Amino acid sequence: MSNPANLPSNLKFTASHEWVKSEADGTISIGITQHAQELLGDMVFVETPAVGRKVKAKEEVAVVESVKAAADVYAPVSGEVVAANSALDSAPEAINTDPYAAWMFRMRPDNAADVVALMDAAAYQAVVDSEAH
Amino acid sequence: MALKQTPLNAAHRAMGAKMVDFGGWDMPVNYGSQIDEHHQVRRDCGMFDVSHMRVVDMRGDGVRTFLRYLLANNVDKLTLRGKALYSSMLLENGGVIDDLIVYFMTEEWFRIVVNAGTADKDIAWMKQQAARHAPQLAIVDHPEFAMIAVQGPNARAKVWQVLPATQAKTEGLQVFQAADCDEYFIARTGYTGEDGFEIMLPAEKAEGLWNALHRNGVPPIGLGARDTLRLEAGMNLYGQDMDETVNPLESGLAWTVDLKSERDFIGKAALLANPPVRKLVGLVLLDRGVLRGHQKVHTTHGEGEITSGSFSPTLEKSIALARVPKAVQIDDTMQVAIRDKMLAAKVVKYPFARNGKGLI
Repeated sequence: MSNPANLPSNLKFTASHEWVKSEADGTISIGITQHAQELLGDMVFVETPAVGRKVKAKEEVAVVESVKAAADVYAPVSGEVVAANSALDSAPEAINTDPYAAWMFRMRPDNAADVVALMDAAAYQAVVDSEAH
Repeated sequence: MALKQTPLNAAHRAMGAKMVDFGGWDMPVNYGSQIDEHHQVRRDCGMFDVSHMRVVDMRGDGVRTFLRYLLANNVDKLTLRGKALYSSMLLENGGVIDDLIVYFMTEEWFRIVVNAGTADKDIAWMKQQAARHAPQLAIVDHPEFAMIAVQGPNARAKVWQVLPATQAKTEGLQVFQAADCDEYFIARTGYTGEDGFEIMLPAEKAEGLWNALHRNGVPPIGLGARDTLRLEAGMNLYGQDMDETVNPLESGLAWTVDLKSERDFIGKAALLANPPVRKLVGLVLLDRGVLRGHQKVHTTHGEGEITSGSFSPTLEKSIALARVPKAVQIDDTMQVAIRDKMLAAKVVKYPFARNGKGLI
């Protein structure tokens, strides 16, 4: 089980287990949480979105596949995809070893306020804890 | 409904297992990295709790005659004491009730090991058939037995370290042969494509053996790695690769069906009357992605479906078994529908990997 101390306090989170990091240039980086990678197990494949794609909040944007299962990764907010992490093509296991460094794609949000409104670490921890029951 | 537990449930938790609902059983899917566990078995050895599988003993005069009729494979192939045979058990219409292993112990005692999810239905079917054809037989299942599989190139040596008293009776065992060693029934069988033993034993002895193996350097392996190991080894999984709606000839199991001998068996007439139009083939994905069960495939001869698919840790690519039109040949390529894409896969001869090595 995830320990609250493991959740980086500088990140925002979604109920669908993405983490969101605000970058200095106004874009956001998105990956999946420690809890999500634990549930999925050993990652073997990542499908990242095309740069330039316009997406709506909660739209399926990327796919991660572990040995066990495939899982969709959702856009945390509406905006445009501005980068994809191609390093994960050959090293999907980075999501297991360091999930908060293994970003999958970057977006430029339509509204910066949407990012501020996402869950903080404490709120996300409550979601994880409620799933354990 | 509460999940069923094997006698090793507490041991799994103590070893850090991630437990999942596996067909109504609370079972370990992994104890850390499934891929590491997979390699551990191919390269050294590991142990699996397979106590959810069910042991069924058939005893009495004429048990061989009854099994000759009950099973699609021919128990007359079993002449050596302890020898085992893989077979399917069919409905009259040729659908597969289950796949199983039958051990010839004496002319009055054959032992059968069946799948967990089908055990109750299997036993009901066996008793129903016996009531008509061999009412003198005693058919007794043993849900109280535990079963531990120790698999890998070093598996047998590790078992002998831990159970030295069994070595004399088991070191001469052929592949697919078992010995009755008092409390331990030890079979040189498995579901990984590696050498090793499957050990049936009383439930109260299970944790002791499990922990003794662990102290001797045998790590626990979860059901996740068990599935990728069996898929690489080209072994069918009941409920995915075959079930009551398909017959064994369209499920890669023709080698387990004896249609040559004169004997009659349940399902034979249906198999003879309905020549197969589909077959099971091995696939390797050429594009990036992961093949999974139920994905549709498009061949030049028509459509088919993946029955089992995963990532192969040994080959480091995605592999699958698929049921396709019979005209499909080795080296053909086909398209697999994965989400919104069509990806290319090639038909290969399987098994994909066995005895520590990739074969593709």
